[in-house]
Amino acid sequence: MGNLNRSMSLAGEPPKALNTGQKLAVITGMTGMGILILQLFNLNLGNSALWLSIAILAIFAGIIWFSQAAYAHKHKGIKNDGVWFKSMSSRGVLAWMAGIALTGFYIVLYFYPQYLGLVKDGDNTGLIALFDPLSKALSGNPASQWFVYGTLYTVAILAFGAKFIWKYRHNKYEQLRTVSVMFFQTAFAFFIPEIMARLNGDLPYYDLKNMWPLNYYNFERYRINGFIDSGSVGMTMLFFGIISIFVISPFLTYKYGKRWYCSWVCGCGGLAETAGDSFRQLSDKSKFAWKVERWVVHSVVVFVTLMTTAVIYSYLGNDTSKYWLTKTMFISGVAIILTAVFAWVMIYKRDELEKDAKYGAIGYFTIIAVLIGMHFFSGSGNIFIFKAETLRTTYSFLIGSVFSGVIGTGFYPILGNRVWCRFGCPMAAILGFQQRMFSKFRITTNGGQCISCGNCSTYCEMGIDVRAYAQKGANIVRSSCVGCGICSAVCPRGVLKLENGPEKGRIDSKEVLLGNDVDLMDLVNKN
Amino acid sequence: MDHIVIIGNGISGVTLARHIRKLSDKRITIISAESDYFFSRTALMYVYMGHMKFEHTQPYENWFWKKNRIDLMNGFVEKVDTDSKKLLLKGGSTVSYDKLVIATGSKPNKFGWPGQDLKGVQGLYSKQDLEMLEKNAPNNKVCNRAVIVGGGLIGIEMAEMLRSREIPVTFLVREKSFWNGVLPAGESAMINEHIIEHHIDLQLDTNLEKIIADDNGHAKAVVTDKGETIECNVVGLTAGVAPNIDFLKDSGIEIGRGVKVNRFLETNIKDVYAIGDCAEQHEGIGSRRPIEAVWYTGRMMGETLAQTICGNPRKYNPGHWFNSAKFLDVEYQTYGWVFSERGKKENEQHFHWRHPEEKICITVAFDKDTNQFLGINTFGIRMRHEIFDQWLTENKDIDHVMTYLKDANFDPEFYNLHEDAIVAKYNSDYNKNINPKKKSWKRIFSIA
Repeated sequence: MGNLNRSMSLAGEPPKALNTGQKLAVITGMTGMGILILQLFNLNLGNSALWLSIAILAIFAGIIWFSQAAYAHKHKGIKNDGVWFKSMSSRGVLAWMAGIALTGFYIVLYFYPQYLGLVKDGDNTGLIALFDPLSKALSGNPASQWFVYGTLYTVAILAFGAKFIWKYRHNKYEQLRTVSVMFFQTAFAFFIPEIMARLNGDLPYYDLKNMWPLNYYNFERYRINGFIDSGSVGMTMLFFGIISIFVISPFLTYKYGKRWYCSWVCGCGGLAETAGDSFRQLSDKSKFAWKVERWVVHSVVVFVTLMTTAVIYSYLGNDTSKYWLTKTMFISGVAIILTAVFAWVMIYKRDELEKDAKYGAIGYFTIIAVLIGMHFFSGSGNIFIFKAETLRTTYSFLIGSVFSGVIGTGFYPILGNRVWCRFGCPMAAILGFQQRMFSKFRITTNGGQCISCGNCSTYCEMGIDVRAYAQKGANIVRSSCVGCGICSAVCPRGVLKLENGPEKGRIDSKEVLLGNDVDLMDLVNKN
Repeated sequence: MDHIVIIGNGISGVTLARHIRKLSDKRITIISAESDYFFSRTALMYVYMGHMKFEHTQPYENWFWKKNRIDLMNGFVEKVDTDSKKLLLKGGSTVSYDKLVIATGSKPNKFGWPGQDLKGVQGLYSKQDLEMLEKNAPNNKVCNRAVIVGGGLIGIEMAEMLRSREIPVTFLVREKSFWNGVLPAGESAMINEHIIEHHIDLQLDTNLEKIIADDNGHAKAVVTDKGETIECNVVGLTAGVAPNIDFLKDSGIEIGRGVKVNRFLETNIKDVYAIGDCAEQHEGIGSRRPIEAVWYTGRMMGETLAQTICGNPRKYNPGHWFNSAKFLDVEYQTYGWVFSERGKKENEQHFHWRHPEEKICITVAFDKDTNQFLGINTFGIRMRHEIFDQWLTENKDIDHVMTYLKDANFDPEFYNLHEDAIVAKYNSDYNKNINPKKKSWKRIFSIA
C-alpha cells in the first residue's frame, strides 16, 4: 500500500468526469439522502410514511439513473475505464469524505443510537421515527436503529445490485449471483424475520441465512430459551442453526467452494459486492498483507470459539437429572470435535499444509488448553479472571461492531470492500479452511495463455495475487477466495475459470508452461 | 562463479533470470534503461485507460529481486565488446560478463514516411511511449483527433485507449479488411464491424502518404494515399515492430533483421545468446516466422535458454502454436494454425460459424483430404488450451473436435453455450451427423 501514492506522472486525465445524466442522478439520490439527514435534526416533516417513501424512492431512482447514464450507451463488456482516475474509486478526496461519513454513521449507529432518535420508553423521534410506519406495517413494533439500518442496507443491496447487473450485463455468472444476494437480503434478512416477529413474538430475531460464527450470539442463553419456549418452530430453528454449521455448510462448501455463501448468500458479502463494487481494486495485494490476514482472521476464529463455548458453558448445569446436557458433557464434546478435525487434517492433509500446520496446531492447542483450564480452574462461567459475559461483550464490541461495521464497511472507500470478510470474518475463515482442504472448487488457469497483465490481481477484492498463480500456470486454490468471479471477468485473455471439478490434481504447479516443448515440460516438472 | 548478464528486463529476460535462479547459484544481472522493475508490456494500455496504475503491471513485488539475488541495473548498453566480454554503458561505465543474453525486444516500425519524427508522432511499445501518449493525448481538448497508422494488434489497442478518453480516432489500415493477413475473411469482417460500432473512423485500404507539421514542428494533419487530409494532433505509428538491436551494429554478432540465433538460441559468438522479440531463427520453426514478437514465445525462449545456460543444453522447441488478443470487447484465442486466405495452404479448409446477433464466431481449419484438425480461432468464446494442445498432438480429426467441443469450452459458468449451434452448422455444411457429447469432467481432467 505504501507505494500507491508514489504513483507516476502517468495517472492523468479523464475519463473521470461524470456526464450530465450521472450528475442529475447524483442530485436525485442525494435529495433522498438529504431527507433522511434532515430527520437527524428532528425537523418534523409531518407524514412520515410519505416522506420515507419519497426518500427511499429518490435514493433508488438516483442509483438506477446513475447506472443507466453510465452503462446504457456503452457496449457490453468490462467497464473499468478511469477507475484509477476518479476521486471516489482511487482514495481521492471524495473517497475520504465518504469514508469518514460512513464511519461516523456506524459509530452513531452502534454506540449512540439516541442521536438517530431512539427513545427507550416512549415514541421515537428523528430518523428512527421516520421509519416507524414501515416497521409497524411489517412487525407491528416501532422501529429501532437496527430496523433503520436493515432497511437502508437492503435498499443499498437492491439498488447497487441493479447497477452491478447492468455493469456486468455480458456476464451471466455475475448477474445470477447478484440476483441471489439481492433475494437473500430482501427475503431472509429483511422480510422473514420481521414477519416471524409478528407471528410469534417470543421467537428471537433470526436471519436464517446467518450461521454461527457469523451470528456469534446465536447460542446465548436468552436466544436458546426463546427457541425452546417457542415450541416446535423454535426447536426447528435451533436445530437448523446447528446443522447449518455441521452439515449444510460443509456439504455445500465441498461441492461449490465457499462462494455459495460468501458471494451468493451472505449479507456482508452482498453489500460488499454491490455497494462496495467500486472499491474492490483498493485491497492490499502484498505478501505482507496476506500474512497479517492469516494471523488476524484465525485469531478471530479462536476468540469466537472460546467465547461461544464459555457462554454456553456458563449457563449449563452440572446435574444430568435437570437437563441432559451438562457442563462436562458439553466441554468434552467441543474438545472431541476439535480434536477430530485437527487429527483428520494432520493425517490426510499435512503435506498440503507445510508451515501452516504449525500455526494450526498452535490455534488448536490454545483452545484446548483454555477449555481445560476453564473446566478445572474456574468457577461457573469464569475463564480464569474473565467472566464469560465479559468475553462476550468484548467480542461483540471489538469484532461484531468495530471490526465488521466501523472498519469493515466504514472504510470501504479506503481499504476496499472486503476488509471484514478478509481480515475479520470467522465464518469466512472456517469456510475458507474447508475450501482449501476439502472442496471441488478451484479457479482453473488456462494453460499458458496468461500475459501477466495484472487485471485479475488488481480487481481481486480479497487481495489475492491471482496473477502470481496464473502466470505459473497454477490453479488458484486459496482459502480466502470468495468466488466473486471478477478475476475471470476482467481477464483479457480468457485465462481464468471458476469451476467445481475433481479434487485430484486441483492444486498443481507447473515449472514450465504449456506451449513449450513437451520434453522440457517433462524434465522440469519432474525435478 | 559465472556472471550472466541479461540486457532487457521484459518477459524473456526476466523468465530466463528466474529459471536460472531456480536451477543454479550463478550471478545474474539484468540491465534495462526502460524501467527499474519488470512490468507487463501488454498491460500498458490499461494504465492509460485507468484500469490499473503502473505498479499494478509489475508482476513481482520490489523485494522479490533482492531475495532471489537477481541484480537489477538501470543503464543503457551502447556497445558490446565480445573479445573482452565487456559492455559499455551510456555514461561510460562498463560491465563484464561470462555469458551475455540479448533480450532487448522490439521498437515500432517506421517506413520512411515524411514527418514520421515530428512531435506528436509516436508508437506504442515502451513505458516511455506510454508516458509520451499521456502528454500528447491527455484528453480530447488537447488532442482533438488522433490518426492511427497500421491495422494490427497494437493499432487496435491504441484506438481503444484513445476512445476511452473520448478522443476521436481515425484508423488507417493498409489491408482491405482489418488484420486479414492473419485472420480469415469472416472473422476480419466481424472485427471491422466491431471497430465501427465503437465509433472509430476505420479507413480500410488506405495508406499514409505524409504527416504535415505546424509551425512548432508538431504534427497537425496526415495526408492519405486517397488524397484526403485529416487534421489531427497525434499520429500513432503501429505498423508492426522490428528488433531493437541498433547497438549491436559493430559488435561482430551476426545480425539479420534480428540477432541471428540457432536452435539453442546461441549467436555466432560463443557465450552470447539472444531471446525474445529480438532473436531471429535462421529458419522459421515449422510454420512459425523466424522472428516471433509474441509474449508467449519470449517466455518459452527464456525457459529453454535457462536449461542450456545451466548445463543442460536444450533446443528451443516450441509446441503447438497458440496466441490470444482482445479486440475492444471481443476476446480472441487461437490454437494450432488457422491461416488467412492469403497464407492458406492448398489442402487447408475452413469451417466457419458466426452467431446471428452477437460478436461471436469460430473458424476451424482442417485438412480437406484427411480431415485432420489443424487449428481453431475463437472470438467471444473461451477455449481450454490443454485440450486443444492434446488434440493437436494426437492428430485428431475435425469430427472428433466437433463431437467433444463441449469439453473444450472455457467460458464462465452459466454462459450461453453455442456448441450445439456450431455442430448443427457443421453437420449441415458437410452433410454429417455428429452428435456433440456432453461435457465430461473425467475426459477434461484426464487429458490435462
